[in-house]
Amino acid sequence: MNRIDHPALLIGCAAGFSGDRTDAAGPVVDTLIARLAQGPAGQRAFLIFETLAERTLALAQLRRRADPEAGYEPLLDAMLRPVLARCLAHGIRIVSNFGAAHPRAAARHIARLARELGIAPPRIAVVQGDDLSAPAQLALLRREFGDRMDGIRLVSANAYIGAEPIAAALDAGAQVVVCGRVADPSLAVGPAMSHFGWRSDEWDKLGRATMAGHLLECGAQVCGGYFADPGYKDVPGLAQVGFPIAEIDADGRCVIGKAGGTGGLVTEATVKEQLLYEVHDPAGYLTPDVVADIAEAEVEAVGPDRVALRGVRGHARPSHYKVNVCHEGGWLAEGEISYAGPRAEARARLAADVLRQRLDGLALRVDLIGALSILGDDAGHALAATADSGLRDIRLRVAATHAERAQAERLGREVMALYTCGPAGGGGVRTTLTPRLNTLSCLLPREAVPVGFEMLEEPAQ
Amino acid sequence: MSHDITVPLYRAAHGRTGDKGDRSNISVIAWHPSLYPLLVAQLTPERVAACFRHRSPSQVQRFLLPKLQAMNFVLDGVLDGGVNDALNLDTHGKALSFLLLDMPIEVPPSLARELVGQAPP
Repeated sequence: MNRIDHPALLIGCAAGFSGDRTDAAGPVVDTLIARLAQGPAGQRAFLIFETLAERTLALAQLRRRADPEAGYEPLLDAMLRPVLARCLAHGIRIVSNFGAAHPRAAARHIARLARELGIAPPRIAVVQGDDLSAPAQLALLRREFGDRMDGIRLVSANAYIGAEPIAAALDAGAQVVVCGRVADPSLAVGPAMSHFGWRSDEWDKLGRATMAGHLLECGAQVCGGYFADPGYKDVPGLAQVGFPIAEIDADGRCVIGKAGGTGGLVTEATVKEQLLYEVHDPAGYLTPDVVADIAEAEVEAVGPDRVALRGVRGHARPSHYKVNVCHEGGWLAEGEISYAGPRAEARARLAADVLRQRLDGLALRVDLIGALSILGDDAGHALAATADSGLRDIRLRVAATHAERAQAERLGREVMALYTCGPAGGGGVRTTLTPRLNTLSCLLPREAVPVGFEMLEEPAQ
Repeated sequence: MSHDITVPLYRAAHGRTGDKGDRSNISVIAWHPSLYPLLVAQLTPERVAACFRHRSPSQVQRFLLPKLQAMNFVLDGVLDGGVNDALNLDTHGKALSFLLLDMPIEVPPSLARELVGQAPP
């Protein structure tokens, strides 16, 4: 045997979205530390936080505009403070996209946090290249989008970059790697590439690690979070649901488990649901690192709360990066009012008719919460086909968008006017007006998007 | 001779919705391998498209994953533009799996023991 026989790499995930629970990381780190203490020599562990959804980054960019030192995950401190010292003391390295629109500022925050905690300054790497707002790259995007970019008010432009700069930063000794927009599974692929020394064209290994990352990237969603359905899919201890830990072998195969002393469960059913989450063609799950293929994948329970994933393959990565451009998209106006008691539904339907007549020029969505709401459609086809069923506790909700704030504001005022001018007994009006963001997507050749990393230089203090 | 029983899909399968843009994917995963063939036979893309007709899907694709006893439905154009554009409270369409899971299916009595939960009253 001429291959070094590595023990499994442990990767825990402590966040699945921006705003996830800040007490999630503690039990994950405790479990990683215990496993390292019991495990074979040479075993290594990583902790990842996934905190960027499609629009999170644009919202972060807006915060950065308002405050030049903001623009990274607002909960960064709350997520890291409880575990940073323990991770560094036990050699657990941290990889996250919590840098959002300002990875360098996030890195400075982590350096400051380490000083406050009185621990040795960690080596912090900042991954670069995803932000395409430089003039030369914007010109490229203009060529891609043509007149679709005319007149838009740009908020952010980012490529979904991959695992290579993460692996390079880890190879260079980074203890914390701060990214902006990287593909979610790359947060796990990067550590695996670095640890096992994979080349960037070992497609099967990268495909398997990508699906391990995919299972981890939504946090509790593979451990019984977003799964419970009483009487059909019961989940023990849901209020203390645990976060996942993957064991990845040198070929990329993984076993998914969860943090000790937590609620939830890891079963073949929870793993299957998360494996297919946000997947389209199972034979072609596109990431910047590889085209992962789960068409022949299998899962098998191999112990309590431990499920193995097998049969994943990988094909050559796409030649292009996916790019999202976010721009200002007008205003969203929403208003709600409740009706209860006899003929409540009839009074709510009458209120909707009044609003439709008063708000000409706005395309109004109507929900009768309690009768038909989120399963309906914006055009109101489903609601129109539904007769009054005599329900006695209905919350009417209306929503509309408009490019002009003044037009959108009419909605809230008309909902408020239902207090005195609408049907009898309406109460509990709430109205909101929110700026909207819209997205354009395209593909850019990899050569047009140079990626890399920089180690944060500690400022002398 | 005994007849097939009609049950809601959620007694035979579970699933989850995901979204990207104006595209929704809904997994349907058999609770038991013996139930998978009848799901494949009955949950055709045409039937699923009909289930979502009020959301006007422009295309419904079905991908089979026999080793997981699962199928993945990909529905285009059902999210009123998706998370940026829809006026729905649930812009992601997170709840759509439960609309699909409520669809009636026919199960032979010999497989009734593999169903989950009780017949609704």
